[in-house]
Amino acid sequence: MQKPRYLELEGRSAGYYLLLVILGCFIAAGLAAFIYMEHEGHWVTRMNNQIVWGTPHVFAVFLIVAASGALNIASISSVFGRAIYKPLAPLSALLAMALLAGGLAILVLDLGRPERVVIAMTKYNFKSIFAWNMILYNGFFAIVLVYLWMMMERRFNKYSKVAGFFAFIWRLTLTTGTGSIFGFLVAREAYDAAILAPMFIVMSFAYGLAIFNIIVVAAYGWTQRDLGPAMLMKLRRLLGIFIAAALYFVVVYHLTNLYITQRHGIESFILLGTGEDIYMKVFWIGQILVGGVIPLLLVYAPRLQCRASLVLASVLVILGGLSQMYVTIIGGQAYPLEIFPGKTVTSSFSDGIINAYSPSLPEVMLGLAGVAIAFFLVVFAIKVLRILPQSLADRDVDPHYIAEKQTA
Amino acid sequence: MSDDTSLNLTRRQFLGTSSALAGLAIAPGVFLTKVAHAGDTEAATDKNRWGMLIDTSKCATGCNECVTACNKENGISGTHGPATDAQWIRKVTLTDKQTGYVQSLPLMCQHCANPPCVDVCPTGASMKRADGIVLVDKHICIGCRYCMMACPYKARSFIHEVLEEQKAVAPRGKGTVESCTMCVQRVDANRGEADKSKHVDPACVEACNASGHKAMWFGDLKDPDSEIATELKKHGGQQLRADLQLNTGVRYQGIT
Ligand code: SF4
Repeated sequence: MQKPRYLELEGRSAGYYLLLVILGCFIAAGLAAFIYMEHEGHWVTRMNNQIVWGTPHVFAVFLIVAASGALNIASISSVFGRAIYKPLAPLSALLAMALLAGGLAILVLDLGRPERVVIAMTKYNFKSIFAWNMILYNGFFAIVLVYLWMMMERRFNKYSKVAGFFAFIWRLTLTTGTGSIFGFLVAREAYDAAILAPMFIVMSFAYGLAIFNIIVVAAYGWTQRDLGPAMLMKLRRLLGIFIAAALYFVVVYHLTNLYITQRHGIESFILLGTGEDIYMKVFWIGQILVGGVIPLLLVYAPRLQCRASLVLASVLVILGGLSQMYVTIIGGQAYPLEIFPGKTVTSSFSDGIINAYSPSLPEVMLGLAGVAIAFFLVVFAIKVLRILPQSLADRDVDPHYIAEKQTA
Repeated sequence: MSDDTSLNLTRRQFLGTSSALAGLAIAPGVFLTKVAHAGDTEAATDKNRWGMLIDTSKCATGCNECVTACNKENGISGTHGPATDAQWIRKVTLTDKQTGYVQSLPLMCQHCANPPCVDVCPTGASMKRADGIVLVDKHICIGCRYCMMACPYKARSFIHEVLEEQKAVAPRGKGTVESCTMCVQRVDANRGEADKSKHVDPACVEACNASGHKAMWFGDLKDPDSEIATELKKHGGQQLRADLQLNTGVRYQGIT
């Protein structure tokens, strides 16, 4: 195995520009939605005083969680010393930053007063998990940027392991922070659970890797660079493990809730449904079936060991991730607050009822724009920076491949 | 009520820093109050803790006087429908699942001593004054709505649209969050008035009394001679979601 050689994309084909234009259109549409929402006020969305975080948050939290997971490949190579992943470490770091940027863009543009984002950066209430996250997000950019630099600059290569270690710790903290945004909400039945933080970490592994896989396969396919079966097999196995681990956490989370009598209401709301709401379906079909069971089959079924199945599994994991966020964020708010136990409650402010919500077009546009921003950054960066290894053929990445050949 | 001191400290420290940063040599804790209520001579202090007591047995089902009065006092009017309109106070009807007993009560910000909205607010816009009133500083609220996620009583509203014809006493703004202020403008006006008989109640309490139901008391929980403290001492009062130990400033009687 030789030292990986990194090469910019040529990026002069019509396809490349078309991709940038398409992503640009999504970004422009999102900005238009933002201006509209900002000008009119949030009443033009379907968010309201009951569902205060809507579709933009589903996308934003998904991207932020995935950002941390996208750094996995880099962590596994630097922190855990697995040589085969090393060539892809820079791409992993780049994707992590891009996804975080996309997620944060949505969060900021969905604020009631986005122009005051500077206040959020200058006035901190240190008891607020949100304020902590502000620091964690900014720190993530800084640390991963340094890490990327250490990896790319030959002179500093020797420091990349230390930087990678820092980035690893930081990103675990970051996802703990993101999970805790919900975990620390004592008032709401769906949240208020310490397990949300580790659950978010494990989910981040799966979501981040799924996006990473798609980018790797697409980039190597479109540029006709070599991508050998050894690397694909590694990515596939890793995805399988992460999906299974995420499912395990979901089971534990719900079992714990099912044990607590007080939580039976919210559990039956999510798991059994009321017949009128979609959360039960989004949970079982979206999160569990599409995002968990089917991708597991695709990853492990012996007859399906091809590139297409890996890409399909990854796409499904992403859809499952968005479903999970929808159930967690919107389902959690749709379920009424239990202020008066033992009472049926009615009021002019939607007390005691399941709160209605469906995504509105501007919200979806803003959410998709965040995704587009992340992809745009990656597509652009791999053209101007030497991020992508020239080849991921087995002979270039797999230490055992060389070893076998040499002993043979 | 003793457990609110630590939070006050943090608040003071925070305010202290921000005032100092702004180069203002004003006593900590005064700064934001001054911004919101310029003209008052004295600052709110922790000598008082303002609170309310609601006797649900006197609160009439169907009566909406408190809500109407609040809306009038603070300039809250409907715009785009109930889903997005602000409601600082609402009437809630409870029916016991086992006995079928029906009762009605007003619900608003409970002015907790340990308010979750203040804990989660990233900028410190959600704040508790020294006298226990929980407010939002509209100048630094970024409209993230995390406080709305955190409030166990759904007491807060987000301003979903451009507002017109606001009341000078209750400044509001699109894209920020707001909730019951206990009619802080009235509380502050009372502070400048030595004659206690001239003190006015928050609009909701005033209206409830005027309607003859007399289901609401307002007063200083720290003053043992106040009507509210005496009544609480005699007959007790229950906190909503007492399990969360937020030490609410609004208490209820008669929820059975
Ligand atoms: S909406 Fe405003 S008051 Fe509420 S948490 Fe966010 S910044 Fe604080």
